[in-house]
Amino acid sequence: MDMRRSVGVAAASAAVVLVAGCGGGGPASGGDQKLTGDKIVLGVLNDQSGAYSELSGKNSVKAVEMAIADFKAKYGDKAVTKNISVETADHQNKPDVANSKAAEMYDRKGVDIILDVPTSSAALKVADVAKEKKKLYFNIGAATTDLTGKSCNKYTFHYAYDTYMLANGTGKTTTEQVGKSWYILYPNYAFGQDMEKNFSAAITQAGGTVIGKDGAPFPNTSGDYSSFLLKAASMNPKPQVLGTMQAGAELVNVVKQYNEFKLREKGIGLAVGLMFISDIHSLTPAALAGTTYTDAWYWNFDQQNRQWADRFQKETGTRPSFAHAANYSAAMQYLEAVQSAGTDDADAVVKQLEGKEVNDVFLRNGKIRAEDHRVIHDAYLAQVKPQAEVTEPWDYVKVLKTIPAAEAFRAPSPDCKL
Amino acid sequence: MSSFLQNTFNGLVSGAFYALLALGLAVIFGMLRVVNFAHGAFYMLGAFGAYVLLSEAGVPFWAALVIMPVALAVLGMALERAVIHRLTRLDPLYNFLLTFGLTLILQDLVKSRYGSQSSPYATPSALRGSVDFGLFDFPTYRVFILGFTVLLCVAVWWVLVRTRIGMVVRAATERPELTRAFGIDVGRWVTPVFGFGIGLAGLAGVLAAPMRAVNPLMGADLIIVVFAVVVIGGLGSIFGSVAAGFGIGLVQAWGEAYLSDFPIVSQTIVFVVMAVVLLWRPAGLFGREEAPA
Repeated sequence: MDMRRSVGVAAASAAVVLVAGCGGGGPASGGDQKLTGDKIVLGVLNDQSGAYSELSGKNSVKAVEMAIADFKAKYGDKAVTKNISVETADHQNKPDVANSKAAEMYDRKGVDIILDVPTSSAALKVADVAKEKKKLYFNIGAATTDLTGKSCNKYTFHYAYDTYMLANGTGKTTTEQVGKSWYILYPNYAFGQDMEKNFSAAITQAGGTVIGKDGAPFPNTSGDYSSFLLKAASMNPKPQVLGTMQAGAELVNVVKQYNEFKLREKGIGLAVGLMFISDIHSLTPAALAGTTYTDAWYWNFDQQNRQWADRFQKETGTRPSFAHAANYSAAMQYLEAVQSAGTDDADAVVKQLEGKEVNDVFLRNGKIRAEDHRVIHDAYLAQVKPQAEVTEPWDYVKVLKTIPAAEAFRAPSPDCKL
Repeated sequence: MSSFLQNTFNGLVSGAFYALLALGLAVIFGMLRVVNFAHGAFYMLGAFGAYVLLSEAGVPFWAALVIMPVALAVLGMALERAVIHRLTRLDPLYNFLLTFGLTLILQDLVKSRYGSQSSPYATPSALRGSVDFGLFDFPTYRVFILGFTVLLCVAVWWVLVRTRIGMVVRAATERPELTRAFGIDVGRWVTPVFGFGIGLAGLAGVLAAPMRAVNPLMGADLIIVVFAVVVIGGLGSIFGSVAAGFGIGLVQAWGEAYLSDFPIVSQTIVFVVMAVVLLWRPAGLFGREEAPA
C-alpha cells in the first residue's frame, strides 16, 4: 500500500516537473519533442500589392511552395514531417506593419521561420522581432548591410544580396570602364542612404570620385526628377556617370527622364544600383541598352537555372527574379537544416546552418558565414542587351562576368557581435 | 541663369499636370459638392488605357489622346448617374467613403490584370528630341505638354466666360443655392460636368504615360499633392485651381533644385505653402467663404 502510494507520488511529481520544464523552458533541445505542434510552418512576409510586389510578392510564396514539394519528394517517408505549410502576410513596405505582422506570425500562426521581407526599414524591424522571440529569419528582399552589421543577431540570416555586393560589382566596374567622376542620386531612406555610402566607398576605392550627390524625396510624389538630372548635366566639370539608387517605379521614372533629357548623348553614362528583371521589362531593354548592373542570379545563366525557371514559369506564368529563386533556395536550406537537426528548435537549427557550404540552384559556391550570418555566393556583372539581340521574352541581359563569392561580399563587419 | 530657366520650365510642366487634375476636381466639387477621391484613379486609367491601346491594339499616342478622355468621360457620367448623384444630399463622409472605395476597386482591377509593375510606354516619335531655346534646350515632349495644357486651359476659360453653359457652370460652382434661386436647372449640367472633370483627369494620364512610370498606384501618389493644390487655390474656384496648380509646380521644382540639401524641406514644401495660405486666407487664395445660410 505504502509502496504503491509513493510510486504514485513520484510519478505525479515527475509529470509535474516535466510539464513545468516544457512550459517554462520552451521546446527542449532535441529529445522528447521534435517539432513544435508536429509541423513546420514557413512564413513569407513581403509586399503583396505595392511597388515591390512584382519582384517578390505572391510569386515568392509560390517559390517557397515549390521548395516544400521538392523537399517532400526528396525525403519521402524519411522526412522529419510531412506536415509543412506556408503562412503569408503583406507588410505594405511599412516598418510598423512589418513589426506587428512578424510578431503575429511567430506568436499566433506558429511560424518557425520568416522569409523575404523586402524594404530595408521593414527588414530591420523584423530582425529585432526575431531576436526577441528567438525564432529564425532569413532576409532575402532587403539590401541594407546593417542586417549583418550593427543590427545582426543570432537568429537573422541575410541571403540573396546587399548594398555592398551591388556597389562592389557595379561601382567598381563602371568606374574602371565607363568613367571616374560620378553624380549619385538616391532615395532618401535607409536603403538609399546605405547604397550611397557603399557606392561612394567602392567608387573611391576604384580610383574614381563622387563629385555630387543628392537624396531625392522618398516616396517622390511628383514623380519628377528633372531638377536633379539638370543639375547633373550642368555641373562643371560634368560627371561621366549618373548613378541612380532608386528602385521599382522610382527607377522607371529616373530612367525615362534620363532618356528624355538625353543625358547619354551629353556624355553622362548611366549606372543602376539595384535592378530586377521586372524593372527591365517595365522600361523595355531599348531604354536601358548597354546599362551594366550587378545581379545576384539570372534565370537564363545556365541549364540548371533555366530548368528551374521553366518550372517556375509553369506555376506563375512569368520568369523568376533573383528574389524568387533566392526564396526557393532559402526555404530549401532551412528545411534541410531542420531535417539534419531532427528538430525545429531555433538554436539547434542555427547550429546546423552556421558555416555550412551549399550549392543549389541559387547559391553557387555558397557559404553560410558563421561570423555574421551573411550568406555568400557567386554574383554576376550583367549588361542589358540591345533590343535587336533580345530573341525571347524576358531574356534581356548577358552576364559579363562572374564575381566569385569571396570577392562579391564584404568581410564580416566588426560591428556585428552575435 | 539657364539652369534657373530650365528649373522654372520643369516646374511649369509639373504644374500643368496639377492644373489639369485640379481644374477637374474644382468643377466637380463646385457643381456636386463631392470631393472626388477617385480622381487619381481616373488619371491612372488614362495612362493605363493608353498603354493597353498601344500594346494590344497598336493605337498610337495621338489617337489615345482623344479616345481615353472621351471614354473616361462616358464612364464618369455613367458612374455619376449610377451612384454618385445619390450622395449629394448626404453627409460628405459618404462621398469620401464611396469615391475612396472606388479608387481601391479601380486600382485592384488594373493590378489583377496587369500586375503592379510599371508598364512600358515610349515617347511618340514626333516628340522625341529637344527644342533649342538659345540659352538652353528642352525635351520636345515637355514643350508639347506645356503648350497643349496652356491652350486647353485657355479654351476652357473661353467656354466658361463666353458661353451660356460656362455661365451656368461658373455660377453654380461658386454660388449653387443662389443659381437655383434664379430658376436655373443646375441638375441638368451636373452629369456632363462630372464627365468633363473625369475626362481631364484621363487626358492628364495619357500625357503622363511617356514620361512617368505607368502603374496602378501612379494616381494615388499624385492625388495627395493635387488636393493640396485645390485647397490652396480655394475649393470651388476654377481660376484658383489652375493658378495654384502651376504655382505649386514651380515651388516644388525650385524647392528641389535649390533646397536639395534639406530634403525634408523640399519634400514638405507644398504642405508648408498650404498651411501658410490657409492661415492667411482660410478659404484659399481665390476662394470665397460661403455666405452663411
